[in-house]
Amino acid sequence: MNGVSTAKFSLIAIAIGAAVMAFAHWFNVDYLYFASYTILQFIVLATAWNILGGYCGYVNFGSAAFFAMGAYSSVFMHKFYPLPIPVLIMISAVVTGVAGLGMGYLTLRLRGSFFAIATLALAVVLQTLVVNWDYVGGSRGAYIIRPESLEFAGITINYIEYLFGLMLALAVLALVTARVIERSQLGFGFATIRDDELAAEACGVPTLRVKLIATTISGAFMGMAGAPFPYYIGYLQPSSAFGLEYAVNSIAMPMIGGTTSWVGPLVGAILLGSAQQYATVTISSAVNLLIVGLMLVAFVIIAPNGLIGLVQERLRAWRKP
Amino acid sequence: MDISWDLLLNAIAAGLLLGGFYAAVTAGVSISFGMLDIVNIAHPGFVILGSYLAYFININFGVDPILVSILMLPVFYLLGTTVYQVYYLSFEKRGQESLRGLAFFFGLLFVTEVSLILVFGVDYRYVEAAYIGPSIHIGIVDLPLRMLVPCGAALALFGAIELFITRTFTGRAIMAVSQDQLALQLMAADPIRIKRIAFGLSIATCAIAGALLIIIQPVEPSVGREYIGRVFAICVLGGLGSMPGTLIAAMLLGIVESLTATFYGPSWAPAVSFGFLLLTLAFRPAGLFGR
Amino acid sequence: MSALLHVDNITKRFGGFVALDGVELMVNPGERLGLIGPNGSGKSTLVNCICGTLQNESGSVRFDGQVMDGLAAHQRTHRGIARSFQLPRPFHSMNLVDNLRIPLLYTVHARLGPLRSTGDLDARCLELLEMVGLAKKAKQMPRDLTQVEMRKLELARAMAAEPKLLIADESMAGLSHSEIEDILALLVQLNERGITVILIEHIMSAVMSFSQRLAVLVSGKKIADGKPEDVVRDPEVVRAYIGQ
Repeated sequence: MNGVSTAKFSLIAIAIGAAVMAFAHWFNVDYLYFASYTILQFIVLATAWNILGGYCGYVNFGSAAFFAMGAYSSVFMHKFYPLPIPVLIMISAVVTGVAGLGMGYLTLRLRGSFFAIATLALAVVLQTLVVNWDYVGGSRGAYIIRPESLEFAGITINYIEYLFGLMLALAVLALVTARVIERSQLGFGFATIRDDELAAEACGVPTLRVKLIATTISGAFMGMAGAPFPYYIGYLQPSSAFGLEYAVNSIAMPMIGGTTSWVGPLVGAILLGSAQQYATVTISSAVNLLIVGLMLVAFVIIAPNGLIGLVQERLRAWRKP
Repeated sequence: MDISWDLLLNAIAAGLLLGGFYAAVTAGVSISFGMLDIVNIAHPGFVILGSYLAYFININFGVDPILVSILMLPVFYLLGTTVYQVYYLSFEKRGQESLRGLAFFFGLLFVTEVSLILVFGVDYRYVEAAYIGPSIHIGIVDLPLRMLVPCGAALALFGAIELFITRTFTGRAIMAVSQDQLALQLMAADPIRIKRIAFGLSIATCAIAGALLIIIQPVEPSVGREYIGRVFAICVLGGLGSMPGTLIAAMLLGIVESLTATFYGPSWAPAVSFGFLLLTLAFRPAGLFGR
Repeated sequence: MSALLHVDNITKRFGGFVALDGVELMVNPGERLGLIGPNGSGKSTLVNCICGTLQNESGSVRFDGQVMDGLAAHQRTHRGIARSFQLPRPFHSMNLVDNLRIPLLYTVHARLGPLRSTGDLDARCLELLEMVGLAKKAKQMPRDLTQVEMRKLELARAMAAEPKLLIADESMAGLSHSEIEDILALLVQLNERGITVILIEHIMSAVMSFSQRLAVLVSGKKIADGKPEDVVRDPEVVRAYIGQ
């Protein structure tokens, strides 16, 4: 298809990622690492949500559940046999990918609205199970001591920088994956499901199979975003892992940025994420959530195609003589 | 097996009373989701809003909470019609209900909850009324009035809605619009107006449900979330749009939750309703009584 | 010669309402079958049951010697059944070429194996658009089309799936006389290439000139099935449908 090839795009993305990493390393302020980590995490979550929600049109209210599953699988492994975080990320990907597949199998035969409710239900059931599971700390929570630094090939890396780097890599991976999907036959199939599922079936699109692929990929990425979380936060409680802010943000960010391409979640995550970081520090965390909610409602009404939709419309109007 | 009959009977009784209350909370969703096909997940948020309004007026003016809610009915009705108008113009007209409509209501739920946190804080609030405290004893079964009165009010509300839907012209028009909008148009009734009235009604029920809630238990802003699953579980179980089905499903859920809480502990209770919902959706989306 | 499509005594209910009541229908390979009946008689339900959009409760649907019951719609499309929808259902977010690309990618490709190059796909899409007279609007979006053009797109999309059996569900409503002639010529052309066609229509002139055989559905039951000239004179058919 048209535009920059996937290989070129991946190289550009990796190059930008490396540049960001180098810049951050030069700056070397711990607080910036912490704040940016959150934003990068949201880029992954928003992009992952958008694969099922924006591309396929199936709204998932249970993003927090997949994120928490990723976090708790790390906690579980940590108690069982400590492993380096990249391995934990891969384990989370498998666990939450399978969970996404399972959830999809149970719920994707339902209409869109039923599906959305079912995802919410699944999230609460999962949270209840975790709260009652003492091995991972239950409602008391689990402590994970974050080391000061990491030794790798003779170099000592500041641990928080290490976490930042991992999340940056995940973000790049998520964005490249989203773009690859968008331009592939699979992405086409996703779009037909979003536009008219009945017609898609009639044209030969195996809609159930395609939707299952979407939930698996989406779930896997959300879990991967959650895998390093216990190390980042040090003390993991079900209420924080399953927090509603993850569900709202993973929906609000793509909706505000724009759901039809990989750019939307990126833009939404950076803008909304930064605004929230600022608001939490200057005003309060409750107000920042209120702003997210209001912006979601406003954007959904006024700009259904998000910010990039608005930009596209401007460009189209400007191009017509 | 040595089950304590005392415990069992009380759990069932509590479950029935709870179920009656659940039916009141779900009544509005039966209308908005069952008949209008609008997934208003902000419904529990409006219920909590009703709870807080009842609390505020009760604490500051000493008015009985149920009375407050009846006075609040027009306000909530207006809120409902306004929300529907926005929803219709922004989404239904453009044919984009599914994704954006859901996000819209989700956003509303969130905004409501966080606004309440900002105004009232996260402490639990409760109301004061003469019937909170005493219980009636029938044999070994205790019936706390703070549960009995709301259950009675809930059943009254339910009955009123059922009568409205089946006996008045507007009510029957609402049933008609849920089945065949085009036919309704041809009969010279404006379906949009009918739907707006119906949605207004559905939100009006939140005023009463909210007052009943805060009589039964202390309330804080995030309590609404537990009810999302319950409400849709009952709706789906009962068969969409069937009021009698909704009542029975509500009672059933109330009893199962009560038994679970009594014998397995309250921390498992949320899993019950949401688990029920999942099982129903997975195996019998038409509900127990649906067509 | 065995039938291509055998609708064997199927019944379909919606709650208490019986939409199809023991409908029996056979279509031979290469045949041109017309299906008529009043609104609400179950024609679209029948199409939905044949295509897999709905599943019949009893009886069975056999196509090309295979039982179709339980198969999803997309599987039936892969096996060679294609349909146009009565109310057009285009893919709104794609232009016309891309709309046609979907059945090519997901049905034709699924059958034939290695993917044709993008150039071939584009050429085929334009060819199909040319056949229905929409080539000039190839890069436009469905929302820029008139109702009539959307119906033509529906037909083109069904044709794109290279079916053995094409069911055209009321594609001609609202078309002008010459447009109807164009569509009929197109369907005859497809039929000459070996595609079996079921034409569902209210426009009697089109049905009469096109069909080799005519079936009539009233209130979920088939009340007539035979040569067009005989069927239209059948008193029961006249009473139920034509003499209105």
